[in-house]
Amino acid sequence: MRSHALPLTNLVRKPGRTAALALLTAFLALAVFGGSVVVLSLRGGLRSLEARLGADIILVPSEAQSKVSFQNMFLQGTTGAFYMDRSVLDRALEVEGVERAAPQTFLASLKADCCSIRIQVIGIDPSLDFTVQPWISHSLSREMGDMDVAVGCRVEADVGEIIRIYEQRCKVVARLEPTGTGLDTAVYCNMNTMNTLLRAAEEKGVSHRIESGDSVISAVYIKVRDGYDIGAVNSTLNGRIRKVTAVRTRSMITGVSDSLAGISRTVTILIAAVWLLAFIILLLAYGMIIRERTREFAVLRLVGASRGKLSGLVLTESALCGLLGGLLGTGLAALLLFPFAPLIESALKMPYLMPDAGTVLLLAAGTVVLSAAVASLASAASAVRLSRVDPGTALREEN
Amino acid sequence: MTVKAEDVSRRYFRRTGGANYFHAVHPVSFEITPGEVILLMGRSGSGKTTLLNMLSGLLTPSEGRVWIDDTDLYALDDRTRSRLRSGRIGMIPQGRSAVDTLTVLENILLPAGLYGRALPTEAAGQWMEKLGIAHLRDARPAELSGGELRRMAIVRALAQDPEVLFADEPTGDLDDENTALVLSELRTFAHRQNRAVFMVTHENDALQYADRIFRMDNGRITGFPES
Repeated sequence: MRSHALPLTNLVRKPGRTAALALLTAFLALAVFGGSVVVLSLRGGLRSLEARLGADIILVPSEAQSKVSFQNMFLQGTTGAFYMDRSVLDRALEVEGVERAAPQTFLASLKADCCSIRIQVIGIDPSLDFTVQPWISHSLSREMGDMDVAVGCRVEADVGEIIRIYEQRCKVVARLEPTGTGLDTAVYCNMNTMNTLLRAAEEKGVSHRIESGDSVISAVYIKVRDGYDIGAVNSTLNGRIRKVTAVRTRSMITGVSDSLAGISRTVTILIAAVWLLAFIILLLAYGMIIRERTREFAVLRLVGASRGKLSGLVLTESALCGLLGGLLGTGLAALLLFPFAPLIESALKMPYLMPDAGTVLLLAAGTVVLSAAVASLASAASAVRLSRVDPGTALREEN
Repeated sequence: MTVKAEDVSRRYFRRTGGANYFHAVHPVSFEITPGEVILLMGRSGSGKTTLLNMLSGLLTPSEGRVWIDDTDLYALDDRTRSRLRSGRIGMIPQGRSAVDTLTVLENILLPAGLYGRALPTEAAGQWMEKLGIAHLRDARPAELSGGELRRMAIVRALAQDPEVLFADEPTGDLDDENTALVLSELRTFAHRQNRAVFMVTHENDALQYADRIFRMDNGRITGFPES
């Protein structure tokens, strides 16, 4: 038996003791890894939401805010529609400080025979769009043709599949990357397709207040030129364009951001509390176990183990046990978090975008290493105390 | 290897009983030379084990020095002293002294394994055979009787072929037959291989195997040496 094999042998041949200590560490790892993934997912969701909105200001019809909550449209995929004349786009572009403006038109499909699924349909103008197009381009290298649609990742339709919206056959040409927001449940098309769908919807008797034929839009996304005050431009838009409300996107995100900060704080406090508790329990557990094993360690000193070697053996054994607990806890957290991500998202009612695989692996590896380090740290005091015990006296006292 | 005790003493702090300190071992000087078996006899609490622990490098004396040939044992740092003990000094302690997670053979090979030396597997096998525990090589300590555990500790010390062997009541848990066997083997080990054996015992049967006998009373060696 070589000394480097001794810690592992001790762990394998005392499975009950090993399991108890590993479970304690697993509890710690579960809290750290699980909590961190949830916080990162919420932050990822917010970043994604900011990126997808991509505009400084959104112009909508004044009555829109009373019809549907914008925030819910973006966060939870609530369907809704409101319309205004396309001329709003030209008037917005005339305002000083407006760099870019892109229209979008909304249409909610029905849960009826005419439609395969109930979804929010969003029409974009590819020549002007700067918010959705960059996202679509990740999944589709060409422009969407007429009656082509790109679907959010949570829409149940595959590429090549035909979906019916108000009896119109639309071909799915791309599935978009997840954003963790309500945008994942929407379907995107160009303005020609949207106009066809709007007419079909009207024929089905769905009132959409279409007053000017193909020139109807639901919102204008505005990017403010560098150096201009967004608040000032927002006020100018509100003053100059009648029956339209200019909403700063930051004000939409601030609410989400505040809630996110609250959740992050709660999760962080919980992680810290679990850490402290688990560390104290580990400290006591290692203290008791090492005290129980005084005779065993005295024998090792007796046959020639130096104080340093003895401490090294104890620390290695606890680190290995911590490693095992870390793997267990991280694995368990992964089993709970990944399959149930949609449930967590709907429970939190917040943008929720899981970190990429690389980040998750890095986080998992960090948690496992941390667990091993914490277990070693918890046993360090006992190891040092133990190495100072006179083996002869210890053996006599234990006999 | 010659072990020399030079005015070695050990005192402990005591809160009660008037004096601040009591001497477990009063200053004592003697030499252990290769090829001899020395018995240290005395009543319980007379300081035998304390003296043995100081000689074997396990317990730092309060005063005095222990020389291993020309090396002051307690002038060495813990790492060097531990390595020296592991390689050159054998120790059979009182009572149970097994690592419970290891088998009998693994326990026996442990001193060499700690420092990556060649494992004395063959010597271990021969000593186990001689002391009648060869069949227990793969057993765990929990499965052994007190006598078997004691013989395991003796084999562990002898298998390393130490230059000096310290034994604290090595026959404590043994029956008469095994007591005679162990004492005989220890004497043979000392004489044939020119090794020193320093043994603490209560056994009067051991007297016939000794080359020198020390008697200890109240921390003092009295009437020595007898032979």
